[in-house]
Amino acid sequence: MTANLHPGLNLGESHGAAHPASENRVFGFWVFLMSDLITFGILFATYAASGTPMGLAGGPGPAQLFDLTSVALQTAFLLASSLTCGMASLSMKAHAGAGRIALWLLVTALLGGGFLMLELSDFASMLAQGAGPARSGWLSGFFALVGLHGLHITAGLLWIGVLLGLLAVQGLSDRVKTRLLLFALYWHFLDLVWIGIFSIVFLRGLA
Amino acid sequence: MSGLFGHLDWTVTPFAAAIADPGTNTFVAAGAAGLVVLGAVALLGFLTWFRLWGPLWRDWLTSADHKKIGVMYCVIGIVMLARGVAEGAVMRAHQAMALNGGPLSAEHFAELFSTHGTIMILFVAAPLVIGLINIVVPLQIGARDMAFPVMNQVSLGLTAAGAALLMISLVIGRFETGGWSAYPPYTGRVFSPGEGPDYWIWSVVPAGIGSMLSGINFAVTIYKCRAPGMTYMRMPLFTWTALCAAIMLVYAMPPVTVSSLMLALDRYAGFHFFTNDLGGNMMNYANIFWMFGHPEVYILVLPAYGVWSEVSATFSAKTLYGYPSLVIATMAIAVIAFTVWLHHFFTMGQSASVNIAFGIATMIIAVPTGVKVYDWMATLWRGRIRMTVPMVYLTGFFILFVIGGLTGVILANPTIDYQVHNTLFLVAHFHNVLIPGVLFAMLAGIHYWFPKVFGFRLHETWGKRAAWLWIVGFCVTFLPLYALGLMGMPRRSSSFADPAFVPLQLVAGAGAVIILLALAATLVCYGVSIRQRGTLAVPFGDPWDGRTLEWAMPAPAPEWNFAVIPAVAARDAFWAEKTGGDPYVAPERYEDIELPRPTALGLVICVATTAAGFALTWHIWWLALSGLVGIGLAVMVRAFATQTTRVLPAAEVAVHHGRWLEAVHTARGITRDAEDSPANRGLAAPDTEVTP
Amino acid sequence: MTEIDRDRGRYLIGAGLSALLTILAFAAVALGLSRGVALGIIGVTAVAQVIVQLRCFLHIDFSRQKREDLQLILFSLLLLAIMAGGTLWILANLAQRMM
Repeated sequence: MTANLHPGLNLGESHGAAHPASENRVFGFWVFLMSDLITFGILFATYAASGTPMGLAGGPGPAQLFDLTSVALQTAFLLASSLTCGMASLSMKAHAGAGRIALWLLVTALLGGGFLMLELSDFASMLAQGAGPARSGWLSGFFALVGLHGLHITAGLLWIGVLLGLLAVQGLSDRVKTRLLLFALYWHFLDLVWIGIFSIVFLRGLA
Repeated sequence: MSGLFGHLDWTVTPFAAAIADPGTNTFVAAGAAGLVVLGAVALLGFLTWFRLWGPLWRDWLTSADHKKIGVMYCVIGIVMLARGVAEGAVMRAHQAMALNGGPLSAEHFAELFSTHGTIMILFVAAPLVIGLINIVVPLQIGARDMAFPVMNQVSLGLTAAGAALLMISLVIGRFETGGWSAYPPYTGRVFSPGEGPDYWIWSVVPAGIGSMLSGINFAVTIYKCRAPGMTYMRMPLFTWTALCAAIMLVYAMPPVTVSSLMLALDRYAGFHFFTNDLGGNMMNYANIFWMFGHPEVYILVLPAYGVWSEVSATFSAKTLYGYPSLVIATMAIAVIAFTVWLHHFFTMGQSASVNIAFGIATMIIAVPTGVKVYDWMATLWRGRIRMTVPMVYLTGFFILFVIGGLTGVILANPTIDYQVHNTLFLVAHFHNVLIPGVLFAMLAGIHYWFPKVFGFRLHETWGKRAAWLWIVGFCVTFLPLYALGLMGMPRRSSSFADPAFVPLQLVAGAGAVIILLALAATLVCYGVSIRQRGTLAVPFGDPWDGRTLEWAMPAPAPEWNFAVIPAVAARDAFWAEKTGGDPYVAPERYEDIELPRPTALGLVICVATTAAGFALTWHIWWLALSGLVGIGLAVMVRAFATQTTRVLPAAEVAVHHGRWLEAVHTARGITRDAEDSPANRGLAAPDTEVTP
Repeated sequence: MTEIDRDRGRYLIGAGLSALLTILAFAAVALGLSRGVALGIIGVTAVAQVIVQLRCFLHIDFSRQKREDLQLILFSLLLLAIMAGGTLWILANLAQRMM
């Protein structure tokens, strides 16, 4: 088995020049994700440090606001979308055709969209209870951290739109293949961040 | 009020203030604004008169060539340097007269030190460093361009957008008054409801993102695009420092982007990250900001160390002493730099055990820097030293930077820091490391690599005048501030009541005049050199008897850098070829070269970002939304581009390269004695004085 | 077994293990275990799940990886620990002294 040239699924030798051509771009994108990891890390630390009586400022806390069932559903949606995203990459590696890839991407987008709807409805119910980001330092930290992840998911959905457009217009060119690899890396990374969010924010808050 | 023009109207310009309330204070502000407007009009007139719009568009603004992008970064840096130095001089003049008052209002003075700091760090030092890395690194490692040439353009566009917003703030409205670090809660909306902090935020955020993207680009380029044989331990030291700085950029830029955006959320959306009430924690701002702020100074100074390494080796015609120790020291600094940020706020109120941990880390980081200074001195020892302009700067650096570094070790001790915190002692310290450390290195680096980019040397005499003026000006201006700080004068004071401060303030004020002359001499040096470019030309490309790969090609370097990608067999690759064989041999065969096609993406993003930043500052929501959507659309449309490169046929390269080789073979090289004479056409003859 | 089958197996195993670890963590909270025990389970399952996903979804492992990729990840984790850990240390210390 050959060594991987870069993180994430590698196209492998059956894809000819597209395999080595992806190396620099995927590596560069991975460096970007590491930078993004620091961004999330700072928000995690800010959120964790604000979970004090002073940070809560007499406002509602995790026990009043978090809905375990909804978070579990969101987690399920996101994990499933990570798997379907993997299947999209795998279809590409196995030369299963642009149609199959587009289908898996569409399923990924639907699952991601479902996640986003649930998250937004949670946000809406919190706002309805008067627990918006302006209520306390702790809630500011919550909305910034979870909201930034949600923004990333939104960007990912737009990205899927662009990828579907590229597949339709240009077919499975080498450049499009690299972009699909980048997207898969991004989407799996967002699931990694979500593990941190549901563990540190939601489960720790409700435990 | 938030209509078509948001909070904008005529009264926000300094001209209106000067009419309403004439006096020195308002005239200085209106004069500065007038200079910006006049400068912009003059530039537009110049471009139109000499019909330069076409070349500017074709050869520069849409170019993805790393050398051109690097030059544009340096131009931004020099222009902003002029503004920053002018502001510094105004501040010194004001403080020299500030016993019980002074000509400027306290708010105006605060605006000055805030813009001065923001500009000098983010829009002078950073663009000069990033510009130099852009120009030099691909040439040193044998690459045709950066790994991502178009993203390089986008980085430049984002930095330029930040700089543009800073210039706009001089004419429309007022800048922030809380210093370059913009600490809340003072910069929050309760205490600073105006546009000032918003200007700061929307200048810093794009510049931060742009620098982060540059870091990714440099890191991938150095990791993945080196010529065959260019192993890590054969990389020139400038490339090593660029690699470490690049990795630091990737990790140190997110904190400032995040803290600025959190401040923006506080200001625009009523969040409570850093507010006084409802659970805000203003100390966390200082914490996050300096997680960026401290690594940033090492991001700036590491490439400066790289410049000194190249300069000391080349101008003493010796192999760099202690190469492995320099590499290890560079890496050590890059890591330790992330563990010292708390020393910027020792007095915030945490316990002594926290303070001392960061104090010790701060003292430790001085050690690798000390190692480097010894290595450079050992490099010079018994070398064939020529006191060229970069060497004059290096000499100034040796003496002055060591003083600055030692005062840093003093400040690393929390108990001492408590005494001199927020005094002019601190101001003296960081100017003492940043001016001799970074600015001298950048000016030396520009002098050193200028011929490679433009094909002619810079004027040595004017360069030396400038260098001496910078060195003397620095000493006269900033060394007195150590004493003033120890005497108890706080930094950022718009006035003071103790007459004992006056004499040294006058000395520092005189020093500021020398620094103004130094800036003028620097600009004159560039002007004179351009006029005399015929006699200063070095078409053969090796004016300094260089050691590394960038000197093995014509000057100016062709767009494709290397006619054929070289195979590297030694650390000082070009030097090894010069001493062990013939470096000017025609390759057996040429190949087609793939080059990035010009694109306007960087420019589009620059314009959209500037518009969005300006609109956010003034609450012009339709424009802000258009700008942000514009950025997104530009990136998405770009994804559909297929023709992103063009191919340069091998035959064309062969003609160009062959002509140069032929000229080299018929030319006579010069020894180092003639380095600073018109006989120096960039071909080095073996120097008898050099010991093997 | 072809390489594709192996890769597919990897994804499925990754998803299965992730689901299992997630269920464990949520169960610890839903069943109302004592806070200390629950936090322990959450912490362990989170770290395990991160490793599982890095291995199975992002295809990172010690043997087949290019060295710079691994160096990068380890360096990122180091800096994350310094920055997030440092922040928590500093702010907790300050908060304690504000009481």
